[in-house]
Amino acid sequence: MIDPSLTLESPQALPARRRSGLCRRLWRGLRKAPWSARFGLLVILLFGLAALFAPWLAPYGESQIVGSEFEPWGASFLLGTDNLGRDMLTRLLYGGRNTLGIVLLATCLAFLLGGVAGLLAAVRGGWTDQLLSRLVDVLMAIPQLIFALLLLTFFGTSIPMLIAIIAVLDSTRVFRLTRAVASGVVALDFVEAARLRGEGTAWIMFREVLPNILPPLVAEFGLRFCFTFLFISALSFLGLGIQPPTADWGSMVRDNATLITYGDITPLLPAAAIALLTIGVNFVVDWFLHLTSGLRDEH
Amino acid sequence: MSIEREEQGGAPLLRIRGLRIEAQGDEGWQAIVRGIDLDLRRGEVLGLIGESGAGKSTLGLAAMGYERPGCRIAAGSVEFDGQDLARLPEARKRHLWGSRIAYVAQSAAASFNPAQRLLDQYVEGPRLHRVASAGQARQDAVQMYRRMRLPQPESIGLRYPHQVSGGQLQRAMTAMAMACRPDLIVFDEPTTALDVTTQLEVLATIRELVRQFGTAAIYITHDLAVVAQMADRILVLRHGQAVEEAPTRRMLAAPQQEYTRTLWSVRSLRHEPRAPSDETPVVSLAGIDAGYGPLKVLQGIDLQVPRGSTVAVVGESGSGKSTLARVLTGLLPASQGELRFQGERLPLDYRQRNREMLRHIQMVYQMPDTALNPRQRVRDILGRALAFYLGLRGKAQERRLYELMEQIELAPQQYLDRLPGELSGGQKQRICIARALAAEPRLIICDEVTSALDQVVAKGILQLLERLQREMGLAYLFITHDLATVRSVADQVVVMHQGRIVEQGPRDEVFAPPHHEYTARLLASVPEMDPDWLDRQLAGRQCQG
Repeated sequence: MIDPSLTLESPQALPARRRSGLCRRLWRGLRKAPWSARFGLLVILLFGLAALFAPWLAPYGESQIVGSEFEPWGASFLLGTDNLGRDMLTRLLYGGRNTLGIVLLATCLAFLLGGVAGLLAAVRGGWTDQLLSRLVDVLMAIPQLIFALLLLTFFGTSIPMLIAIIAVLDSTRVFRLTRAVASGVVALDFVEAARLRGEGTAWIMFREVLPNILPPLVAEFGLRFCFTFLFISALSFLGLGIQPPTADWGSMVRDNATLITYGDITPLLPAAAIALLTIGVNFVVDWFLHLTSGLRDEH
Repeated sequence: MSIEREEQGGAPLLRIRGLRIEAQGDEGWQAIVRGIDLDLRRGEVLGLIGESGAGKSTLGLAAMGYERPGCRIAAGSVEFDGQDLARLPEARKRHLWGSRIAYVAQSAAASFNPAQRLLDQYVEGPRLHRVASAGQARQDAVQMYRRMRLPQPESIGLRYPHQVSGGQLQRAMTAMAMACRPDLIVFDEPTTALDVTTQLEVLATIRELVRQFGTAAIYITHDLAVVAQMADRILVLRHGQAVEEAPTRRMLAAPQQEYTRTLWSVRSLRHEPRAPSDETPVVSLAGIDAGYGPLKVLQGIDLQVPRGSTVAVVGESGSGKSTLARVLTGLLPASQGELRFQGERLPLDYRQRNREMLRHIQMVYQMPDTALNPRQRVRDILGRALAFYLGLRGKAQERRLYELMEQIELAPQQYLDRLPGELSGGQKQRICIARALAAEPRLIICDEVTSALDQVVAKGILQLLERLQREMGLAYLFITHDLATVRSVADQVVVMHQGRIVEQGPRDEVFAPPHHEYTARLLASVPEMDPDWLDRQLAGRQCQG
């Protein structure tokens, strides 16, 4: 028989070793990360910091009119001013803060909603699946942008409403993906074993199935994050997104679009910021996918 | 079409010298085949045997000059008809493959293109290598199908792969391999995925073809009885090295190496059947009917599993064995009949059973790969069962975990924190058994638990189950198609055919004549370790026919 004193010491020691193992593995992965992933991480980090510290970094107030319209780049206005004479750099920083926050919230909400519903449909099957799937089919039958415009005009264009509408519309896509990948996992023997053990639906959803479908979901998160970004920018561009005077990248492009005809690239800066972040996020997601599939190959 | 090449006596067709193959692992390149020498003459069949991971398939593919992705031929030569395949450029090798060297894979179902007809896939090779025109190849295919004794040889080629049975598909693939009349064929476990009764037919046709055309063949398998029928010579591999090589008869009669003897002894595992006791059986099924929708899979099943004993359910695939397990666990509620657990009535649907009922009937699956959640560590897999059924947490759970690991003969410190992917097939199956044990059940349903494992590992699992039964008085319902396994574990045998029980009783009674007609056929299909067995079986069939 085993010596109990020997066996009972190890449980305390083991979790710690496991955690450090994970940290080490992450660090090792980071060191081995390709330049694209490092670049992506750097971009996200910079954007994150800029959004977080926008009030301290910005030279002026968010909607403060500080000069005349369309002033060129210079010492007092680093990136010039916009169509109302507000500082472009300040607007850019605040715009990042607003847009990033809304996008992040909306995407997370969409994943929470779509992910849970998708898992539920896959694990429960039968009527639950039918009901949820048909509901999603109905929602998806209407073009997303038009549907969003409709709902926004109907419910008003407050920021919480914007987040909720985008989350619901996006969650249909997440639902479809989650349900599809989860159905593959649900058919495996270990899920059957859990069912036979008498486990509840929640346990099977989050403990047995979710960890196994995480990589495709994370990839989708990266994509959805970018789509939501573009979607909000599109809504703002159409005037139904984030309302003035709140700064956001999409409406900034629209407001200053006239400058393009004069060969000034300033209105393209917010667009470039959107593009840069999108690329950065996707680099990191690609790397993560590679990492998880690589870890699987090790076995 | 005469593509048969003339006999060249003397020089071997395939000459492998000092072959070393390395695979890319975590710590750089690691040798998986270390220094193999091998000669193969025309018309000769060489059997390659060994446990899984011994390097059989890698060597078989290397004999064709093929390096698996992530592998490389690090040293040595593979001379095929005077050309060194290890150094031949890819394009030249590709010309040899299919035309002069052919390969038959384990799973024909996975190797055929599901979207093309069999005949079209047959014709592809000869046309590509300009051995024959499409028309000629088509005629040849029909002849070949006839030789392979496929039903309706004229029209079977017009079917798609999913429209023929597994055994037929494997034969169609062997026929396809012969399409260009190659000099060398590598067979990689071509019958492992088949039923015993089907296996016999495929073995017979493969051997006949190889003999008729004087083709040299490398036959890879982990089944000794199969290799005894097929090979002129046997090479035993272990850890990428040759353990022993000898003509088949000599190898079977007098293996020289200790390792070879252990391989041989696997089949000699015997179990002394216990007399059935008069106590209430652990589970009993009475008049069970079950099916999927209108399709009836089980009809009128009456079965009892006495306490502490093993009941083996045998039959070919499609006989309803696994459905029986699903009915018993309640995953597929029976449409009619009665289930009793220790005399008490058991709900037919698992969702209506309480936790105690669920706890007492545990299941071990065929594929340990899919039966364990790849994202959970051994500790979590076993710990959950302990917490869920017995409420064990913290130190008490830890102590029980250690005991369980000792019971399944795996060192706790070493294995508790591993993910299933970091375990071998046999170890994974042991964890599955531990998960069942953690519930402290009365009955464990073993659904083909050894069929995904090679024989040495399978023997270990069977011995473990036997020991656990002795120590804990467990009852097993042992579902299998392998009669050798039945001999080594069962107290009672139930023979199933097309959803009905055709015969049941104590093992020795079922296995001794007089047999039910189907039992007789099943028993006759199991290869024995006698090189003449296949000939005898075929002769017997011809007499009957």
